[in-house]
Amino acid sequence: MTETITRTGADEPGAAETGAPVLEIEDLHVTFPGRGKSPDVRAVRGVGYSVRRGEILGIVGESGSGKSVSSMAAMGLLPDSARITGSIRLHGEELLGLDDKAMSAKRGSRISMVFQDPLSGLTPVYTVGDQIVEAIRVHNPKMPKDKAAARAVELLELVGIPNAAHRFKSFPHEFSGGMRQRVMIAIAIANDPDVIICDEPTTALDVTIQAQILEVLKAAQRETGAAIVMITHDLGVVAGLVDRMLVMYAGRPVEVGAVDDVYYRTRMPYTMGLLGSVPRLDTDERAPLVPIRGNPPSLSDLPPGCPFAPRCPIATAECDQGEPELLEIGGQGHTAACIRAPEIDREGWTAADVYPVPEAAPPPEAQVRREDRETVLQVDGLVKHHPLMKGAVFKRRVGTVYAVDGVGFDIAEGETLGLVGESGCGKSTTLMEILSLERPQGGTVDLLGRRSGTMNARERFAVRRDVQVVFQDPMSSLDPRMLVFDVVAEPLRTHGLPKDRLRARVHELLDLVGLDPAHAGRYPQEFSGGQRQRIGIARALALEPRLLVLDEPVSALDVSIQAGVINLLDELKARLGLSYLFVAHDLSVVRHIADRVAVMYLGRIVEIGAVDRIFRDPAHPYTQALLSAIPIPDPEKERNRSHIVLQGDLPSPADPPSGCRFRPRCPKFAGLSEAERTPCIEVSPDLEATGGDDHTAACHYAQGRSVV
Amino acid sequence: MSMSAERTGAPDAPEAAGQEPAPARTPGRWSAVLRQMAGTRRVLFGVVVIVLMVVMAWVGPLLSPWDFGERDYSAFLQPPSADHWWGTDSTGRDVFVSTMVGLQKSVIIGLLVAVLSTLVAAVVGAFAGYFLGVTDRVLMWITDLMLVLPSFLILAILYPVLRDQGWLVFVGLLAAFLWMVTAKMVRGMTISLKEREYVLAARYMGVPAWTIIFRHIIPNMSSLLIVDATINVSSAIIVETSLSYFGFGVQPPDVSLGSLISDGASQAVTHPWTFVFSTGLLVLLVLAVNLIGDGLRDALDPQSERRS
Repeated sequence: MTETITRTGADEPGAAETGAPVLEIEDLHVTFPGRGKSPDVRAVRGVGYSVRRGEILGIVGESGSGKSVSSMAAMGLLPDSARITGSIRLHGEELLGLDDKAMSAKRGSRISMVFQDPLSGLTPVYTVGDQIVEAIRVHNPKMPKDKAAARAVELLELVGIPNAAHRFKSFPHEFSGGMRQRVMIAIAIANDPDVIICDEPTTALDVTIQAQILEVLKAAQRETGAAIVMITHDLGVVAGLVDRMLVMYAGRPVEVGAVDDVYYRTRMPYTMGLLGSVPRLDTDERAPLVPIRGNPPSLSDLPPGCPFAPRCPIATAECDQGEPELLEIGGQGHTAACIRAPEIDREGWTAADVYPVPEAAPPPEAQVRREDRETVLQVDGLVKHHPLMKGAVFKRRVGTVYAVDGVGFDIAEGETLGLVGESGCGKSTTLMEILSLERPQGGTVDLLGRRSGTMNARERFAVRRDVQVVFQDPMSSLDPRMLVFDVVAEPLRTHGLPKDRLRARVHELLDLVGLDPAHAGRYPQEFSGGQRQRIGIARALALEPRLLVLDEPVSALDVSIQAGVINLLDELKARLGLSYLFVAHDLSVVRHIADRVAVMYLGRIVEIGAVDRIFRDPAHPYTQALLSAIPIPDPEKERNRSHIVLQGDLPSPADPPSGCRFRPRCPKFAGLSEAERTPCIEVSPDLEATGGDDHTAACHYAQGRSVV
Repeated sequence: MSMSAERTGAPDAPEAAGQEPAPARTPGRWSAVLRQMAGTRRVLFGVVVIVLMVVMAWVGPLLSPWDFGERDYSAFLQPPSADHWWGTDSTGRDVFVSTMVGLQKSVIIGLLVAVLSTLVAAVVGAFAGYFLGVTDRVLMWITDLMLVLPSFLILAILYPVLRDQGWLVFVGLLAAFLWMVTAKMVRGMTISLKEREYVLAARYMGVPAWTIIFRHIIPNMSSLLIVDATINVSSAIIVETSLSYFGFGVQPPDVSLGSLISDGASQAVTHPWTFVFSTGLLVLLVLAVNLIGDGLRDALDPQSERRS
């Protein structure tokens, strides 16, 4: 598979004699002219690669690295204002400069694309079947309608839509996100294309669904023999799937090579940083992550030399002289754009040698036993049901959404509880119920020894001071009309900090989270995502809370930035003795930061226990599937792992299955005899100890099993 | 595309440090807005025009040899001359002086009505949208009631009672019939804004509801409100015009731009000077207010594209 040569515009031609590539891109430049006085944005600067039939090429990079733009250029989907130079050849035929009509004939038949967002990829007013038929008939106008329909059903079956003939007539809104993405893949492969470009096809999906979609993609590729260009930011997805990969930074490829070469013999400091900053599911010891300091450069104002030099720990004066070319290093077809690459190769440096590893402070509470510590948050049997209403004038109740249905956990002082689960499992609802401080519909919430719903206004105000929240989206969690200073000062003013101490405290806080206090006079928009999240953390810390509730605090950030924020949270916890309730869907992040983990499924906690036990020896089949679905950024391990791929989607919380809620998707249930199944169907399992510590799982047949 | 977010961000530290050597001094929000506004040419133009018009409206009559209400029985419907700068009308009044006096009234009525109605709209809409429930139902019921009431008729009926109360009551009445549609829009925006995470964050840190409304919700709608206020300036002037025309608004001998326009409209073709100056000033006034509104919106909205 590695015969294909991936080269860049800088290379001399003639390296690609080994077989005819399907798609060749050479020295591609894309520039978006700046509006008004703003400078041009050079989104892509000299990208080149080629893919052969049956090969999967991964393009990896952070947001803004130009990875999507380069493939949009290949599809001819960029706006007319973009200036594109270079060469894009499909089967040797130049695509650049073709008019839209000629491109339309190619799009969808020879080269097709799967987009990130399955929600907006399908037209809501046509049935799914009609949209596939349209995709087929647009390129084969002579094909009769019934034949096209038969082919569409065939395609739906191929991508794993159960009951395809029936679902053919469904509308997109009747499909879940994962199902819609399957339909998008069906449309993409409808005309047996030679190249399929997948632009972050699984980013918007849950991990268990991601595992399903990756399987579908592999099947689609087997079926059509097409070349796949896989664009992603997830180094785990790439590791197990692709043959060769291209790492992009600031619009240029910086390292290209076979997957093993790039992962195990990394020669470019940026790639090293990227790999080092990913929290790993498969490492036990909790070493701090290796963040890359700084932010990606602005594409309209690039530094003169190597664009990574300002962030690079081993940059020298020569790095600023000029941009390094991609040069062959070490293995076959392995190239890196770094002037110190030969040195790295010679010395065999790894990420640990290049990046200074930050010191980890031991948590002061670690010595005290959990039972002896004060309980900060105690939740018992929490229930939140939403009524499902129908009718516009006379509303009547037609059902109940069991968003949270009997959730219980506790957090001790100085402890981090990770609450994980897929979207729709009720974890955010749980948070909001806790934070509202109102009497829950059922169960109890005790915050710092005070019960929600029984507090008077003054007590509530006092509890608010000790419980603060950090939100997921750094764009919307800061008021865009307030200066950073006012944002951070808001809790201080609310809780009556004297005016004369305000300024000093805000600057101290900004300093604490690693921001320059001089930036207090700016608006949140002027900061990058990671910096904005730090502002959010500074605001949450302003009142020196005892419990910090974190709602997916890093999931909107790029990996290299994410690592910095995770390290910051770790460090703050150790320094200030905070307790965290950490909600996330990313289990690798949770493994890194949490002491205990609670896994939620459909409004219930299915397993809870110490982080090491849950990850090493998960007892509930859902936890096992969840862990197994997460790709590990290690090609060797990833290839040898067997994934548990769950069937189907999360059931609707308005109509949960009887007995055990996980039953319809449970691989263990499928293997049980009729008699053994009865308790699963009839009795909802309670959390029961599965030996050792306080590790409990809600399964009638709980059994530990290592899956990572 | 994800790129656009990246493009805007990333301030580099050394440059910033150079700009602000003293970290202790953090400029306030309103001074930043003012600075921003002063730097925009459109806004400067608008402000200059308004200031000039205001100065002209109040100083102009003092410079003219004629007094307001004084009639020149030797000159009816005379074109502009050295004696009568903008000519005279059919009763021999000096057009320049009466236009200036009319401008005074119109500026005051227009600006006051616009500000007042937008303020009412913002408060009613934001409270209804933020609290929902009973508050919402009562406030929206009042809004709907005001919407279906024929405002013209009510003003006509109320007028005889209020005519001796002075023009401030008139301003209040005009504003009372202009706020409803905006209030409904504000309510809708509030419902979506209150789910924003910064509003949730403020609520979870214990900020009282009314502070959240005035600190987070209304400022984040300011572009809507400002645009609305500028539109209201012109509609207030126009409503005032039509009311004056029918005899319910500004009463003779008092004049406003509106009553002057309606006076001159009938002879606009034969004696243009009785019509052109008051209409031209009205257009200029509305234009200047719009330019300021535009600039203020850009200055208040840090995400606005046309920051200059």
